[in-house]
Amino acid sequence: MIIKTTKAIPASEITDPLVFQQRRKIVKALIAGALLPNVISSVSANTGPQSRWPLLKNSEYSTDRALLTPPELVKNYTNYYEFSFNKEDSTELAQNLPTDNWRLEVGGEVEKPGHYDLEEILRQHSPREYIYRFRCVEGWSMVIPWVGFPLADLLKQVKPLSGAKFVKFTAVHAPDSMPKQRIDAMLDWPYVEALRIDEAVHPLTILAVGMYGDVLPKQNGAAVRLVVPWKYGFKSIKAVVKIELLRKAPMTTWHGFAPTEYGFYANVNPSVPHPRWSQYSERRLGSGFFTPRRKTELYNGYGEQVAALYGDMDLRHFY
Amino acid sequence: MWFRINNTWIVISIGCLLPLFVLLWDIVGDNLGSNPIQAIHIRLGDWSLRFLCLTLAITPLQTMTKWRGMAEYRQMLGMYAFFYATLHVLGYLFVDHAASWNLIAIDIAQSSYIWMGVIAYIIVLLLALTSPKSAKKRLGKNWKKLHRLIYYAAAAAVMHYFWQLKGNMFQPLFYLTIVVFLLGFRVLVWFKNRQLAKLMLPKGRAISLGEGE
Repeated sequence: MIIKTTKAIPASEITDPLVFQQRRKIVKALIAGALLPNVISSVSANTGPQSRWPLLKNSEYSTDRALLTPPELVKNYTNYYEFSFNKEDSTELAQNLPTDNWRLEVGGEVEKPGHYDLEEILRQHSPREYIYRFRCVEGWSMVIPWVGFPLADLLKQVKPLSGAKFVKFTAVHAPDSMPKQRIDAMLDWPYVEALRIDEAVHPLTILAVGMYGDVLPKQNGAAVRLVVPWKYGFKSIKAVVKIELLRKAPMTTWHGFAPTEYGFYANVNPSVPHPRWSQYSERRLGSGFFTPRRKTELYNGYGEQVAALYGDMDLRHFY
Repeated sequence: MWFRINNTWIVISIGCLLPLFVLLWDIVGDNLGSNPIQAIHIRLGDWSLRFLCLTLAITPLQTMTKWRGMAEYRQMLGMYAFFYATLHVLGYLFVDHAASWNLIAIDIAQSSYIWMGVIAYIIVLLLALTSPKSAKKRLGKNWKKLHRLIYYAAAAAVMHYFWQLKGNMFQPLFYLTIVVFLLGFRVLVWFKNRQLAKLMLPKGRAISLGEGE
């Protein structure tokens, strides 16, 4: 249930989790059960009592909470080609992917390569909430409250060497539970994405382990996925198992599949159309019939934070 | 004549309108998933393409079965293809873009897959307008030539389907196969006819195999 507020909630106004937990105990003790859900929901805007992260500090880059896309829309509309080419079908199929005891391998140009337990990483980098716009290259968009931590925090921990210029992400290869990997359909599996190192350590770039205050649903990329809000959605690779720091840019999945259609950068840009369709506008999911499409913003509206990364690069050439 | 009402006419009409009723039911019941507007586009586009294929299938079926009774329903099926294509276009203009004409203009200008859709729709519109008997009479021989454009409409519609997809090509490939098959059949018949004509009337004109009107 989403409580709509007209303004974003500044971090300073959000109750400290500790205070909140204490308050909750007192409330529980004093007030009859019927009243309890209302009390909770007036503080924690988007989660049920069973959620893993009932209340998190909001990132300063978070957008307006009132714009959140209803969670059931986000959970049933995913491009997860390992499972299905149909956005609705992966909801059920993805449940077959084992995501317990997830490990992340970090390697390449780093001082401390190794296999890291996701839970251990989460103990060291406590997650926060990041309410981001999400724009798919297909022309639809959502607003999602991710739970995660900056990728930069993890990279700092493994100490990149000076030669590291790119970060490559590899998704899980699990043909037993992923039908399209099993039949080797369409794309080169496993799915691979990459960022330039300065993009990877940008504070907007996060590794997400949850959304709407709870653990990430499997169809949305559990156990851990990348989220790069100023790029088209296909850059935000799901179910990451390996992160490598490299000297040279690796080939990435969609770019390799159709290089003239999907660039390495894939920055959201309304003035660079896809060869076969316009990127000028987008359908925000949850908006009703007869409401016009939303005008797409350069860098998905994050230009203030990221435009400097691209200086005077020709965005038509580096699409 | 598609307006001659009999039992078959009623059954076919209900059959042809059924996809629309199912769609309306799904809209009312909020049963179209996370992106209902896109679901409507796909549903209506699919049905206009299906009716185009059905329309195209009538003549080959007739040639194979020698049963002439189907011909009068060809026009009817063609009109339903036009009907669903029109709903598809109206959905794009008003349900999706809410008649914001400058956004629509930019979208069309930058989207080559839409050009294919526009070509297909203009052809189908033209054929629907020249569908009545009076128009057929007035156009005479040209009518048949004009209505052969339906193959271009089907080809453009299939391209329109292909070009808006990011990857999975199964559905458009399915329609492409059908259109190629139907067109191939017509070409074969035309070729066979020509051979026959050459044998019988060396310097005459090819006789055409009945189109069934």
